[in-house]
Amino acid sequence: MARLFEYQGKEILSRMKIPIPKGQVARTPEEAEEAARSIGKPVIIKAQAWVTGRASLGGIRKADSADEARKAAEAILGMEMKGFTVNEVLVEEQIDIDQEFYAGVIIDDVARRPVVIVSSMGGTGIEEIAQSHPDKVATQKVKITRGLPAHDARNLWRKVGISGKLQMKLGNALVGLYNMCRKYEARSGEINPLVVTNDGQVMAADCRLTVDDYAVFRHPDLGIEIARELDRPATPLEKIAYQVEAVDYRGTFYFIQMAQGFREGEGYIGFHGAGGGGSMMSMDALLKRGYKIANFTDTSGNPPSSKVYRAARIILSQEGLDGYFASGSGVASQEQFHSARGFVKAFREVGLSIPAVIRLGGNFEEEAIEILGKCASGLPSKLEAYGRDDSPDFCAERLQLLIEEQKKAGLRSFTPRKRNPARKPYRFETVTGSIEIDHACCVQCKDKPCVAACTREILKIEDSAPVLAQEVAVVKKGRCTECLACEIACEFEGNGGLWIDLPIPELKE
Amino acid sequence: MSILIDKEKRVLIQGITGREGMTRAKLMMDYGSQVVAGCTPGKKGEVVHGVTVYDTVQEAVEATGRIDVSVIFVPAPLIKGAALEAIEAGVKLLVIVPDRVPIYDVLEIAEAAEQNGAQFVGPNTLGVISPGKAVVGMIGGRARTANEWFKPGPVGVMSRSGGITSAISYYLTQEGLGQTTAIHVGGDAVVGLPLHEVVKHFQADDETRMVVMFGEIGTAQEEKVADLIEQGKFTKPLVAFVGGKAAKSGTRFSHAGAIVEGNRGSHEGKVKRLREVGAHVVDAFGDIPKVARRVLEEAGKQSGDA
Repeated sequence: MARLFEYQGKEILSRMKIPIPKGQVARTPEEAEEAARSIGKPVIIKAQAWVTGRASLGGIRKADSADEARKAAEAILGMEMKGFTVNEVLVEEQIDIDQEFYAGVIIDDVARRPVVIVSSMGGTGIEEIAQSHPDKVATQKVKITRGLPAHDARNLWRKVGISGKLQMKLGNALVGLYNMCRKYEARSGEINPLVVTNDGQVMAADCRLTVDDYAVFRHPDLGIEIARELDRPATPLEKIAYQVEAVDYRGTFYFIQMAQGFREGEGYIGFHGAGGGGSMMSMDALLKRGYKIANFTDTSGNPPSSKVYRAARIILSQEGLDGYFASGSGVASQEQFHSARGFVKAFREVGLSIPAVIRLGGNFEEEAIEILGKCASGLPSKLEAYGRDDSPDFCAERLQLLIEEQKKAGLRSFTPRKRNPARKPYRFETVTGSIEIDHACCVQCKDKPCVAACTREILKIEDSAPVLAQEVAVVKKGRCTECLACEIACEFEGNGGLWIDLPIPELKE
Repeated sequence: MSILIDKEKRVLIQGITGREGMTRAKLMMDYGSQVVAGCTPGKKGEVVHGVTVYDTVQEAVEATGRIDVSVIFVPAPLIKGAALEAIEAGVKLLVIVPDRVPIYDVLEIAEAAEQNGAQFVGPNTLGVISPGKAVVGMIGGRARTANEWFKPGPVGVMSRSGGITSAISYYLTQEGLGQTTAIHVGGDAVVGLPLHEVVKHFQADDETRMVVMFGEIGTAQEEKVADLIEQGKFTKPLVAFVGGKAAKSGTRFSHAGAIVEGNRGSHEGKVKRLREVGAHVVDAFGDIPKVARRVLEEAGKQSGDA
């Protein structure tokens, strides 16, 4: 889920008229010093990281002067917290707290409604409070079209023993929090603690907000770069992968790195699943054999070949892998030849130099296995393809054998497919790339297998060369599904004059 | 019998003129589903694989008579509008196939469904298949493969993973155990017909003699199924597998629903709870068919003795 930092959440709270302490975000010790000076009071320096228990990790420090604020920021910036590097601190005025409360909103998957939760005890986690002091916690499921009126909010606080003016102030804060969560489509939002200061003001001393990944596109003002569930900022490769998904809605492509900085021989496998359930079992099969997962990738929901190709290229760009394992549910409803062609293009372009086992069971698996088989013999490393009757365990075992074998036998020789500048280029664009046909090559090509391979009938023969049979704009809009059938037919049965360019911005070659 | 879908159900496809809608319309009909109309705003009068397209769902209902099920293939940001339209036109079962539907949209759909006595499968579902009768969604692919993987029989299959719904059914078929209906409830955290609602349908279906369930980490669905067993509301044998043992807390493995939040929804907790109430939880996925066969035979003996 797309998480916001404390200061981002507080900015929104403030817009919803919930008071927050005066503060500024700082990225350098000097900025922190300057912030403290402009606040003009003793401050608190808080590490901005998506982790709990920041205080006990040394990520929250008090400073009575601007000079101390700089030193505190110096100590906190760059700190490693549960795998999260701190790049920003929040410099905030110190507040005198009289009482602490809790207010939260979370989506209840059973009730299928948001639930608001309040507690007259704040500070620690709400789960612990609910266990140790159930009488001090009240909850309400919110009817989505009704929302949370102020009287509901006040009644909730009443249930945990709050009355009078304070009840009203806390009620307003709760309504503000709910409205913020609704507006920004939060999976969860928390003010913990929600405090009353010595001078009687209700204030949000902290804020945690997690926005629904699938709704991020509706909230460009939040500036969320990558809408993914991560407990740390996205890696450069994850950002590259996310862009692939962002510009192509066909099927799903999901990529996260589970490890970095590993080396060959340490047992890290590039993992490429299809479908969540089958992927989990397939990863378990690797773990059981002592391997480690470098990345988790999923291409499912009948993605086009171009998406699977880009996924494979991104996986293979990780250095230090010992093998490539693609395995999903085993009995997939998606058209498996799409995936097969994506793999073939990627493996041939990079000259696959780690053993790969591809388990592509399901709809059209015979075709898929045949396509992979065609390209397997020409690669530096061994590639094996399996179908629905071969279990993830069996396939993981095959991969292990191939890895052992390659250690002894080394790589096979490989001649990469050479791309000469086209003498008579014919080009057109597709949804996410472009196709170039060198008509000079087509003259000697008798069968024109590219035309026959195109099930979408976008190609026809004119003057003994393949040209578009459809309008350029129609082809670009999606008539060409980027199934890669023409390129593979041209390469294996034709004269090798057809190239499909599918750029992956910022991926190193 | 079967649940949710059969030959008699009259099906509408919303988004029938798109890439996926068009492909799936044909596959559903090839298998035997009764697709009576399509709907894409602005495309009235077009015909897709012999199916007439209407501008609105209301219009489709008026022109063709009763619509029992609407299968929705429009892009995720448009799902809410399409679903509310179908519900308000009186359609009682929706199958929402696309992935990435914003969660608050799902909450609004859920409320509208509740108020109108409608149900929905998904979002992010591969669909529902009643072997030998009909299919809605993407499940099974071509009719030929669907006929090979799914056979009519006594087992109800429900799963939180789409591919696994097919995989379980296929391996059961290999073992000689056919299915009444196989349903993928959808991979998201909030779905219209979660596992604990589906079992109620299987309980009410006379031909379903046992249920096989593929659960996952995250959400409270498996625990709720256990509650129903404990309360005596689900009394048929249940064979279950819970995926995601290796997943770290907070990490998502593709299904948005499969996030472990703190200790809630953990693998260990789900397995323990299901075993407590007498479900047959298998540790290895590959054991499902054999255990299912044994459980079904034992159940047969018991009812024979009585």
